[in-house]
Amino acid sequence: MMVENKQSLKLRKLITHGFLLSICLLMMFPFFMILSISFREGNFATGSLFPDNPTLEHWALALGFEYTRPDGTIIKPPYPVLLWLWNSIKIGVIASVGILVLSTTSAFAFSRMQFRGKKSILDSLLIIQMFPGALTVIAMYAIFDALGQVVPWLGVDSHPALIISYLSAITLHIWTIKGYFDSIDPSLDKAAQLDGATPWQAFRYIFLPLALPIIAVVFMLSFIYLVNEYPVASVLLHNTEDMTLAVGARQYLYPQKYLWGDFAAAAVLSGLPITILFLFSQRFLIGGMSDGAVKG
Amino acid sequence: MSSIAQKTIFYITLKALGLSVLCLSTLYIVWNFYLAGEPLFAIGMFVLATIAAVIFSFRRFYTWRFIYPGIAAIAVFIVLPVVYTSSVGFTNFSARNLLTFERVQKYHLQKTITVDGSQRPFNLTAELKIYFPKSDDRAALITPNITTAINGQLTATLYANNPPEALSIKAIIQNRAALQALTIALPNDDGGFLVADGLRNFAQISPQYTKITDGILTATDGTQLVADQDVGFFRDSNGDIVSPGWSVGVGWQNFIKIATNEGISAPMLQIFLWTCIFAFLSMVFTFSLGTGLAVLLDWKHLKGRGIYRVLLILPYAVPSFISILVFKGLFNQNFGEINLILSQLLGIKPEWFTSPLLAKSMLLIVNTWLGFPYWMLLAGGFIQAIPQDQYKAAALEGSGPIRNFFKITLPQILTPSVPLLIANFAFNFNNIVLILLLTSGGPDIAGTIIPAGSTDLLGSFTYRIAFQDSGQDFGLAGAISTLIFILTGFIAYVNFRFMQRLAAKTGAATS
Repeated sequence: MMVENKQSLKLRKLITHGFLLSICLLMMFPFFMILSISFREGNFATGSLFPDNPTLEHWALALGFEYTRPDGTIIKPPYPVLLWLWNSIKIGVIASVGILVLSTTSAFAFSRMQFRGKKSILDSLLIIQMFPGALTVIAMYAIFDALGQVVPWLGVDSHPALIISYLSAITLHIWTIKGYFDSIDPSLDKAAQLDGATPWQAFRYIFLPLALPIIAVVFMLSFIYLVNEYPVASVLLHNTEDMTLAVGARQYLYPQKYLWGDFAAAAVLSGLPITILFLFSQRFLIGGMSDGAVKG
Repeated sequence: MSSIAQKTIFYITLKALGLSVLCLSTLYIVWNFYLAGEPLFAIGMFVLATIAAVIFSFRRFYTWRFIYPGIAAIAVFIVLPVVYTSSVGFTNFSARNLLTFERVQKYHLQKTITVDGSQRPFNLTAELKIYFPKSDDRAALITPNITTAINGQLTATLYANNPPEALSIKAIIQNRAALQALTIALPNDDGGFLVADGLRNFAQISPQYTKITDGILTATDGTQLVADQDVGFFRDSNGDIVSPGWSVGVGWQNFIKIATNEGISAPMLQIFLWTCIFAFLSMVFTFSLGTGLAVLLDWKHLKGRGIYRVLLILPYAVPSFISILVFKGLFNQNFGEINLILSQLLGIKPEWFTSPLLAKSMLLIVNTWLGFPYWMLLAGGFIQAIPQDQYKAAALEGSGPIRNFFKITLPQILTPSVPLLIANFAFNFNNIVLILLLTSGGPDIAGTIIPAGSTDLLGSFTYRIAFQDSGQDFGLAGAISTLIFILTGFIAYVNFRFMQRLAAKTGAATS
């Protein structure tokens, strides 16, 4: 064991605790503030951390209820926050399932099958994933504008269009899942092959069940990424009731219409489920994350 | 006949049937694309669908069935948009030159003018009929009730009785939409039609232009519009351009503009430098803070490490678009909590959004807050891999914690972090969402031709040229995007080589 002076150890612990506490407080400051603001009166209110006249107005509005002030005026909810949250979750879940289907099948082929160009495709996936999607939104818009003229439900301002465009976010996931498949004992699929199983059956009945942990990780990573995606969604969705949370939340803070208090309540309300989901799954996520800068 | 064979035949038939239905519906969509004037999309879709049909019909391509859907999605929604965006850089596609040539020509051909002397004043009767009083040599006319119009068509009939009572102009205004949608056939055999011309008259209209050949239109007064395919506009007889325009290829013009036009190249150079500084400093700050905290949290003697860790992960767990907007409010000059506290403690109210230097500092503060937990988590993982006996050996030689950190811990965290650091640099190099949500690029750089902000990154600058500010110059945005793609591709390639070398090294070490 290390020989340490007890006195100096105590002091060092004290200093470390003090440092960590102050860092934590500093990092938590925005959260305290936004929680406090969501209970303050009005949209420009300044005041102490614990509001003097706490009000539930912003929370009622965020939850979609009309709010009657003490003086009798009725305030209508400015934006459909819960609908936005639902849109985000719906698009995130459907697109993530699609991403899983595409990336598990591709990863299986890259891990277990031999074909020409395998290595160069795999390598180019790594390079492709770095290109900034935000700059190709002109093209995205053009593609879906044209598609919408022929198939209206796949055009601009539709959720299927956004979901389909999100299906391309599989580059890194293919690598992650392939890494996992590579670690599965080859004798397993050899045995399956001897028993007459087709590659599809080996994939469906051996690899998929074994890969459930990594599938969960990829699902989470992809869901969180998609819920946070802003550029493509902002170009494809224009109607207030179609918007995802990432696009809609911005509406609150335009200089000409600055709804700071309403935003605070909406932010806490909509941020909470995603935050809890993340904290809940972070133990699994760390392994998946080190395979690439998915969210950095 | 065994049941298995029957089953196989059943599945084969089902598959063939499904494939044929899929092929036919795809062909239908392809054909409609072609009809809609999108031959490129039609060809692209046809090729994709044909490959899919071949792969799924022949056993030879069994392997490709697993890969093709994913590769196709990447090709259509990542590679194609990159190629398309770059190709837009060679056109003058913009808000002024938005349409295709066919659409512009159609637009001109659909323009109509009122035939001189054909105006007829009208009244709306109490039964919502339109009554045209007798004027000069033209007889009085009346139409059926306007709500009975089918597809906006009504036929007027001659009217010989006393003029019916007319409603006021207010009633006309109320029914304006219905009136403007009407086409009224005249009873005489000349086949003329009247349409609304303002709120008081109906009049006959005729097309303003007739087509001579593609690109040459003659107006009713004899003057000509000639298409100029170099600029993407029709020109009238004086040589002036007539809006709207269509997009045409302009070669390297956009790139030359970027390189030679002072009003563009000067702010772009400034923005490029800031982009590099921002990406580098973000990387350094988040990495240092994250690694430092990870090392502290790894100290076994410390109590409550789990709680600290969860609290410190929170900035990463909260959706970033929410935290960025929260910071936007907190940093607000007048009502922001940060300035409130600063003015109470120090008596200052920094102008976070109007001073370039402060705005840049704010971005770095926010981005460090957003990004450090990522490195904390990663470094925490890398630390676990460092053999403990190295520290024991160091302790025997009397090495302190600070020396340990720089001599043992940091080097062993840094090595596996290099590819991730480069990826992080590339991510922040293109961190457009942060800029768009927090500062929108502002405050603006003075004296530029195109709107450029002092906190703009190359990407957000381009995004704003394309989508936000007046002018919407997609061509210029496409050209700058092309440059960014080349830069990003370069960074990605360097990163890739690094990872390969790293893999070779660790592979050699373990074997």
